[in-house]
Amino acid sequence: MNVLEVRGLTKHYPIVAGLMRREVGCVRAADGVSFSIERGETLALVGESGCGKTTVARCILRALRPTSGEIRFSPDDDHTVDLAPLSRRALRPLRRHIQLIFQDPYASLNPRMMVGDIIAEPLLVNGVPGPERDARVRELLDLVGLPLVARSRFPHAFSGGQRQRIGIARALALNPRLIVADEPVSALDVSVQAQIINLLLDLQDRLGLSMLFVAHDLGVVRHVSDRVAVMYVGRVVEVATTTVLYATPRHPYTRALLAAVPKADPDARDAVTAPRGEVADPANPPPGCAFHPRCPFVIDRCRVDRPELVEIAPGHLSACFRASETALFME
Amino acid sequence: MVDGQKPIVSVRDLAVAFHQHTGTVRALEAVSLDLYPGRVLGVVGESGCGKSVTARAMLRILDRNGSITAGRVTLDPGTAGEQDVTALPPEGNAIRAIRGGRIGLIFQEPMAALSMQYTVGNQMMEAIRAHRDPGKQAARERAIALLHEVGIPRPETRIDAYPFQLSGGLRQRVGIALALAAEPDVLIADEPTTALDVTTQAQILALLRRLQRDKQIALMLITHDMGVIAQMADDVAVMYLGRIIEYAPVRELFRAPKHPYTRALLRSVPDLDAKPRQRLATIGGAVPQPNARPSGCPFHPRCPEVIPGRCDTMVPAPVPPGQQGASCFLVEDAAA
Repeated sequence: MNVLEVRGLTKHYPIVAGLMRREVGCVRAADGVSFSIERGETLALVGESGCGKTTVARCILRALRPTSGEIRFSPDDDHTVDLAPLSRRALRPLRRHIQLIFQDPYASLNPRMMVGDIIAEPLLVNGVPGPERDARVRELLDLVGLPLVARSRFPHAFSGGQRQRIGIARALALNPRLIVADEPVSALDVSVQAQIINLLLDLQDRLGLSMLFVAHDLGVVRHVSDRVAVMYVGRVVEVATTTVLYATPRHPYTRALLAAVPKADPDARDAVTAPRGEVADPANPPPGCAFHPRCPFVIDRCRVDRPELVEIAPGHLSACFRASETALFME
Repeated sequence: MVDGQKPIVSVRDLAVAFHQHTGTVRALEAVSLDLYPGRVLGVVGESGCGKSVTARAMLRILDRNGSITAGRVTLDPGTAGEQDVTALPPEGNAIRAIRGGRIGLIFQEPMAALSMQYTVGNQMMEAIRAHRDPGKQAARERAIALLHEVGIPRPETRIDAYPFQLSGGLRQRVGIALALAAEPDVLIADEPTTALDVTTQAQILALLRRLQRDKQIALMLITHDMGVIAQMADDVAVMYLGRIIEYAPVRELFRAPKHPYTRALLRSVPDLDAKPRQRLATIGGAVPQPNARPSGCPFHPRCPEVIPGRCDTMVPAPVPPGQQGASCFLVEDAAA
């Protein structure tokens, strides 16, 4: 069953001008985004800066109120609620079920709280009694691979990787149904990043976590996620299982993104290519398909009509008019 | 690493210390490297390894509490015009002529190199005229030509833009144009694509490679990304806690890494061809704080192949200058 189902999620920011703060346009940060996350599944939301991936994550956490669309969330097996229209008050009992892992392990921990208290805070807020809280903190520290003595130390005593472990323990404290991880390893050194990736993989196996993994690093995403949704200028352009997406991308943007990653192989230099042009401005996206000015396969129709995200093979969705021309996507 | 060719910059046994209220931190020790015309030296390592400090020491732009405690940085070694950069007064005319004139610098965040109050053209013309003044009009034409060369569309209008009006990718192109303004023969690029998205990164790396090849520039490329190293470098220096622990031509380094740290680092890079949920090889622990340097080999507390009683008490010899090798007892023993 689905833990989360997002349908047509849209977030527009008005652009205002003049003394009367007249609305002269809008930034379509997220524009009709749809995807779902199954129980125990990790879905990666990938794209370059400004593509709207963080906006989508913040809407799901309801740190932002979406302009329109549905965020259907199942806090348990018998109930499903649409988070999009709910008031702060109505959201409060649901918040414990969706937890966040932050990008910056330095900014996301209160420097004046001891680590034990940081991890216990969500338990305290949700009325878990003292002895039980204590036992849970011990359990969580063990789960994320931190020694028990960490409880009575302050965050500054820990390295970036250890701090990220603390943040993960805090996110897991209430056994949430869904974890939203926003670039959880991008601030870490390579050797430490590998440790945290492995920890997340272990936790997925042991706890059956459902996770929305927001990231820009396609290498990291390959290891962590079961499925991937690729965003470009506020819209999802391709969704597929990780293996299928990396092996046979069927949107030119996904293909460009994969081709641009510098491979750690000096003999693969010619395989790395850059697409032409720059990412479109979400306040003023090109007509038709937003990727058309950069697309090597552009046809007249792409400049006029906007392709919808459609299923081109079981479980594989692409928003490209030429997605079925498989020969196009072979090298 | 090149037979018969002369380096344009030679660094020998460079050491840098920072004086803090808690004591002296040895940030760099026994660093030797060579930059050759038309070749790219990749310098790779994790945070705190000293890769940026090396670049800053070479240009004599260390923070005030930092000083070069040993070693030499020589420009044009073995020629009549040979200059010891470490002997120059850090704010004198001689070093100013080298900085920007002979050695251009590209920063991670181009906003650090650009002022917000002046237009792109103003800043470029200033850089052009600082070294060889061709006059105002000629400088403007040269600035437009440079912007065109680094792939900025409509340079004749963009020259009057302010940096904040440009995207990150365009700003880095301006940063590169600025570094090229005085036609340097050496370029130091410190994490030039780390702040950029992956498609923009690919564009900027392709640009750097084209310029470096066309102008036969000696490029020192500092990065934490093994992918960038594989794509760009001819030779590689791997750094850890202020020391070069391995130095090798790029193919050798990826095919047969010698130092346990290099091996571990290469294995911990996420793989685009990984199987679903594939674990990564990890290096235990974290990089120590620079003021808590381990005794002996700086990597020994994390090393899977540590030799007790040796690696924790003695420091392995640095890689001999100009040669391929690793600073590790295992490698020394294998050679003996």
